[in-house]
Amino acid sequence: MRFKRKYLSIPYILFLICFVVIPILFIVYYAFTNKGGQFSFSNLVKFFQDSTNVNVLLISFVYAIANTLICLVIGYPLAMLLANKNINKSYVLVMLFIMPSWINFVIRTSATRDVLNWIGLSTGEHSQLTTIIGLVYNYLPFVILPLYTTMLKMDKNQIEASKDLGANSVQTFFKVIIPMTMPGIVSAATMVFMPTLSSYVISDILSEYNVVLFGSYIDLYFNQADWNFGSFMALIMLLLIGVSVLISRKFSNEDETGGRASIW
Amino acid sequence: MKKEDVILELINVNKKYDDSFAVENFNLYVKKGEFVTFLGPSGCGKTTTLRMIAGFELPTSGEILLNGKDISQLPPFKRPLNTVFQRYALFPHLDVYDNIAFGLKLKKIPYKTKDKKGNLVTKLRKFTREEIDEKVTKALKIVDLEAFEGRNVSTLSGGQQQRVAIARAIVNEPEILLLDEPLGALDLKMRKEMQLELKEMHRKLGITFIYVTHDQEEALTMSDTIVIMKDGQIQQIGTPLDIYNEPQNAFVADFIGESNIYSGTMIGEKKVRFLGKQWDCVDSFPINEKVDVVVRPEDIKIKPLGEGNVNAKIVNKIFKGINYQFTAMVGNNEVLIQSTNDRAINQEVSLSIKPELIHIMKREFSTNRYSDAYIDKNNQVVFAGVSWDCDVTQILPGSSLNEEGYLISKDGKKYDLSDFDVIADIDMHDIEISDDLEDGNIVGEIIQMVWKGDHYQLIVRTEDEEDFVVDTVWTWNEFDKVSVKIDPKKIKLKAKADLSKYEI
Repeated sequence: MRFKRKYLSIPYILFLICFVVIPILFIVYYAFTNKGGQFSFSNLVKFFQDSTNVNVLLISFVYAIANTLICLVIGYPLAMLLANKNINKSYVLVMLFIMPSWINFVIRTSATRDVLNWIGLSTGEHSQLTTIIGLVYNYLPFVILPLYTTMLKMDKNQIEASKDLGANSVQTFFKVIIPMTMPGIVSAATMVFMPTLSSYVISDILSEYNVVLFGSYIDLYFNQADWNFGSFMALIMLLLIGVSVLISRKFSNEDETGGRASIW
Repeated sequence: MKKEDVILELINVNKKYDDSFAVENFNLYVKKGEFVTFLGPSGCGKTTTLRMIAGFELPTSGEILLNGKDISQLPPFKRPLNTVFQRYALFPHLDVYDNIAFGLKLKKIPYKTKDKKGNLVTKLRKFTREEIDEKVTKALKIVDLEAFEGRNVSTLSGGQQQRVAIARAIVNEPEILLLDEPLGALDLKMRKEMQLELKEMHRKLGITFIYVTHDQEEALTMSDTIVIMKDGQIQQIGTPLDIYNEPQNAFVADFIGESNIYSGTMIGEKKVRFLGKQWDCVDSFPINEKVDVVVRPEDIKIKPLGEGNVNAKIVNKIFKGINYQFTAMVGNNEVLIQSTNDRAINQEVSLSIKPELIHIMKREFSTNRYSDAYIDKNNQVVFAGVSWDCDVTQILPGSSLNEEGYLISKDGKKYDLSDFDVIADIDMHDIEISDDLEDGNIVGEIIQMVWKGDHYQLIVRTEDEEDFVVDTVWTWNEFDKVSVKIDPKKIKLKAKADLSKYEI
């Protein structure tokens, strides 16, 4: 038998089957069975009957959106400054902003908690604020990096063209710079929004379990050995993430007319 | 010339980056409706000048007057000028229509209206959608892109993108259209086509064009006036015909069209000697003055042996479609000739040139002179950032150095030469260059190269911005890093300061 190039893909296909397809099938299986292993919609009914479940999901959404927006508001101007060759000529400064993401995030988050408590922001009393601070601190590097890369690739000529055509700096920012960096914004947003939905360590540590995000809720059920309900919620999350990927892809496609590719 | 005809005036404009001048002492006026081209090799400052007019760079000093008002410090969006960029710089997130309408949508136009009390007042309003529509359609028609409104700019070819970029600029009806090598990214055929179209557009629109290019043919084809630049300085301003026929120096002659450039000497009233012969010419220069002689290849006539002024042997020929290009040798000198008549290689011929076609120019360099040199306490001469072990006794004939390093004159006077200012001259033949950077005394970059028949004349610029002019028979490339080797014994010194003050 002759060796064909496509055989090279066999290990990857096996990997995908073992670690992606089969686990998802497991989740689907558990989500639609009861403890006895019989097919049932009881998890679906249970999820939508109890408003607590839906509330946790909504709260997670609020935190994820808030985190994404705050990260973008802080990260965008920062990435602009870092990518401006007149202000920052070296990569060192960029690395300094990225580096926190290299430290184990459980340790980092525990340290954040101690620092916050030390400066008087008690994680017990101001749990919502401390959770948001922790989330922003953790996800900021993931916003800076894609934005920085997009801005580095941006053609300065287009900004000049905009000013040449009569746009002042503010108009240039909104009419040219933002639309042209949209692929970076979309990938930054996806890199923050979706992981925030499912994160739980940060909120657990920084709110002393006062803020319960969807991720920790799922974790709770698995810890209590209710795999079926946990799986059902994991499935809901999977669908939500799928939908947000589709939305963000539509966005970046619209803005990739210049042949610029986002990281996704 | 009437003052009101001048639309743009640049007065003593300088642009300095760190310590070096990108544009130096730039003076120019542009008439309304003129097609002006800035021409020069890369790094000559032509684009920087254009960017200062557009407002992307601010001049270090000098004035830029538009209709008599200084605009040099205004931001680009406040200048009634528009630019066509080399790489188009279209907005990828907008379609063709929105790209062109970009400027119109931002623009506010004054209109007169009556306020509540019935007084006439001037207010600002934006263009209506219908007005924008009409203007965009007209601009698309001018650039020949009707029915492209809805197209995504990334689906257009380079030529089409450039047309959109031109439409985007002219739709705003700028007082001056600035074009920064707009055809540089197009292929040859497209470029030729666009040249003619741009010229036609210029004629129809009647607005002033300022065009930047490094392509001399493009400049000759399109311009009313050409400004030739080198090293941030204007070399010559003139019509294409003036510049081609009467180049002001060897650089211009070499840059515009093909030319033969020789070193010559004036040997009489309107008589010059080059290629080993005496020639009649029409330019007057002092006798014995060293000059540069320029002859265009098409101005040299090939005649049978004995009928011309100088004998030559044809060594090479290329058929170029409309004519032949021959290379002939006169001794060691190469002569480039264009002729419609075929000749055989190795044929012995005679060459003649009409006196009015021999262009004589003042020689830019006859020697390298460093007038800010001085002698240090070790009796070494310092210039161009290097100390040279020269013979310092040259400054006083008959003198010598004693053991303590003092200069002793013929009649026994003693001088301490430290910090004594001198002028150092080095002949161009006495400088050698080498690609082994360790080999010479000082390292520099070749910034200019002109072929002079039997040798190249190079200018090597060191990091400290000192220039060395070198004659060499070897071929180098522009921007080569080389080391400059000078035998210190061949450096000629002259006293600049009063020696008697240094007597001890």
